[in-house]
Amino acid sequence: MTTTEPAQFDEMHAPDGSVRRAYAEYQQWLSEQDGMWMRRKSAEAESFFRRTGITFNVYGDEDGEERLIPFDMVPRILTGSEWRRLSRGIEQRVRAINAFMHDLYHRQEIIRSGRLPERLFRDNSAWLPQMVGFTPPGGVYTHIVGIDLVRTGPDEFLVLEDNARTPSGVSYMLENRETMMAMFPELFSRVKVQPVSNYPRMLAKSLAACAPRGAPDVPTVAVLTPGIYNSAYFEHAFLADQMGAELVEGSDLRVVDGRVQMRTTQGFQPIDVLYRRVDDDFLDPLTFNPQSVLGVPGIMDVYRAGRVTIANAPGTGVADDKAIYSFMPEIVEFYTGEKPLLGNVQTWRCADPDGFKYVLEHLGELVVKEVHGSGGYGMLIGPTASRREIAAFRDKLLANPANYIAQPTLALSTVPIFTRKGLAPRHVDLRPFVLVSPDGIEITPGGLTRVALKKGSLVVNSSQGGGTKDSWVLDD
Amino acid sequence: MLGRVANGIFWMYRYLERAENTARLLAAGHRMSLTRGPEAATEEWRSVLTTLGLLQAYTANHEGFSGAQVCDFVLRGKGNELNVLSMFERARTNARSCRSAITLEVWEAVNEAWMTLREQLARPVREASLGTVLAAIRRESTIARGATHGSMLRNEIYCFARAGTFIERADNTARILDVKYYLLLPSLAYVGTPLDTAQWDNVLRSLSGERAYRWLNAGRMDARSIADFVILDARFPRSLAFCYAAIAENLAALARLHGREGPAHELMRSADEQLTGKTIDEIFDFGLHQFLGQFIVSNQAVSDAIAEQYRFIV
Repeated sequence: MTTTEPAQFDEMHAPDGSVRRAYAEYQQWLSEQDGMWMRRKSAEAESFFRRTGITFNVYGDEDGEERLIPFDMVPRILTGSEWRRLSRGIEQRVRAINAFMHDLYHRQEIIRSGRLPERLFRDNSAWLPQMVGFTPPGGVYTHIVGIDLVRTGPDEFLVLEDNARTPSGVSYMLENRETMMAMFPELFSRVKVQPVSNYPRMLAKSLAACAPRGAPDVPTVAVLTPGIYNSAYFEHAFLADQMGAELVEGSDLRVVDGRVQMRTTQGFQPIDVLYRRVDDDFLDPLTFNPQSVLGVPGIMDVYRAGRVTIANAPGTGVADDKAIYSFMPEIVEFYTGEKPLLGNVQTWRCADPDGFKYVLEHLGELVVKEVHGSGGYGMLIGPTASRREIAAFRDKLLANPANYIAQPTLALSTVPIFTRKGLAPRHVDLRPFVLVSPDGIEITPGGLTRVALKKGSLVVNSSQGGGTKDSWVLDD
Repeated sequence: MLGRVANGIFWMYRYLERAENTARLLAAGHRMSLTRGPEAATEEWRSVLTTLGLLQAYTANHEGFSGAQVCDFVLRGKGNELNVLSMFERARTNARSCRSAITLEVWEAVNEAWMTLREQLARPVREASLGTVLAAIRRESTIARGATHGSMLRNEIYCFARAGTFIERADNTARILDVKYYLLLPSLAYVGTPLDTAQWDNVLRSLSGERAYRWLNAGRMDARSIADFVILDARFPRSLAFCYAAIAENLAALARLHGREGPAHELMRSADEQLTGKTIDEIFDFGLHQFLGQFIVSNQAVSDAIAEQYRFIV
């Protein structure tokens, strides 16, 4: 089978070779730089990351070596007006997701109204009956959200995926900027870029604003990590450090006197807000997975008694489900009363007979994903898969259609990366980070740009060999 | 701060200190083996291994005591779980798991130390490069200590870092002395022979104290004053008295911060009395070997009491 490469949008260069507005100043600067010097800089960036220990661990990697996420030094640039439009859409979507969570765990108006089939969350393992009828402190479910966006044209940004559970990557957003500023200080004095360094402070403020009633004015915030072998440990330590919060593990915590407390050198001290980077399933062995040693026995009782804030709230993973995703335009409209500002990628649900039929007939052209999957694992990319891979995937699909959705292979936009032979276009996505508190919604300008380093590849996940870029929003 | 983190910090600094002291011991042993005949060299390497508590593990896998073999075993030996490279690895793992308790400077110093030594110890160390490697170990530990001194807040965390450092240092100094204690006994037969002075010099070198001692004693060298220097001279930073003053100071700071003392403080006071309440003559009368043996045991007890009192373990 043959596929034709769809025409793709390059964010830096127009088809006639001219440089788009967002990149005009950068291009000007770049043209003045010496090629050799730029190559040396590229090597410098790597040693910088190694020294500061910005690494991640790959699951299933035998020697357990820490790896670097490759960093590309050509920034991904958005203009201020592009960003303003985008951020309005993001805010709308996040507002809707939070309202949706509240509704799902209370009156379920959206189901009563017939807009969303009940089975969608009843069959969803991220749905937690323990959350029914309970409202988290401040009414906030999704304290930290990452919205994965892709671009297909000058004005076409689409949401690829919502991460309402525990989005990671924000530390790379921050360190990428630090690295760029250390390597090219003069570039930042020429091009005005909106800063991102406020994020940890905003996160601390936003989490504190979600403290349970009765917490002190300066609540105790802690970051719960599964520990140093977790793939995102660097980020957990980084955020705790930047916020001035304690970095705790499950073994440090215990429920004492009806509070979640941490074992300090002076005895147990209560925690008001727990920013957990541990999945729901491991959070409380008394309520969920009894084998878990990463969580705190009894924390769910404390939570339901309103004596600790857990961020994000347990049970928000429902919103990350790819079958739910396919209903997101309806969800946004239902809760905001507005037309969605950000579109979805066209999605076929294999749970629907019509959708399933279409997917089976077009496997070679589609990207098929598990509804609960993430990280680029367990998916089929039709156009690049072998006949044998497609046949094997078809069997899995037939065995459990409802477990899958399919999307067209998108003509993802490209941004150049720096290679030994000069600039070369590669596919990118963008994950902006959003903070939600009773005081409002804050979006850090930019986000994390992930880039597929292999020519033509559409897979940007770091676990699959993707890299990252500093993401700029121009202050214009 | 968390008990787990206090434990991590305490041991991170113990490992860094131990790595440095081990390098110093190897350097002194190597020098000794070069300046004496083969028999004395074998004896010297045997005593280095005894000091490190590795003699049994070494003889289980090795024939003979060549400098290259012993150094390789101590620095990176596979049958030696606590080789110097793994000390850096452990220090770095602890630094990672306590990342938010240390400054960026300290983290980078420890991370770079591990990266540097991992590279230098990737292959067996040739005798020609032994000096470079041992110097690198001491330099990396020095940088980590300097970063600690220059960038860390003087708070609880710092107290545990320092307590760990000096518990380990006191232990190491006591062990070095204990293996060589017989050289320091005031026995008439030895006094003034060239072997004797070389051995004394070696003890001082193992503690980086040869210059300080000479400076203080203007060329004279005798067993009693060496023992006095490395045990009781509170000006010498590797003496037992210095270490105990530092531990006491940091435990006192913790008591001030927490508003209370505990069993570790009590134990520390009595251990300190056993040490600084004595003169060197009293120590010799009591028996140097017995004294050092008791010291090592009570030092360990102080360390355990700190772990217990400050909830290091679940």
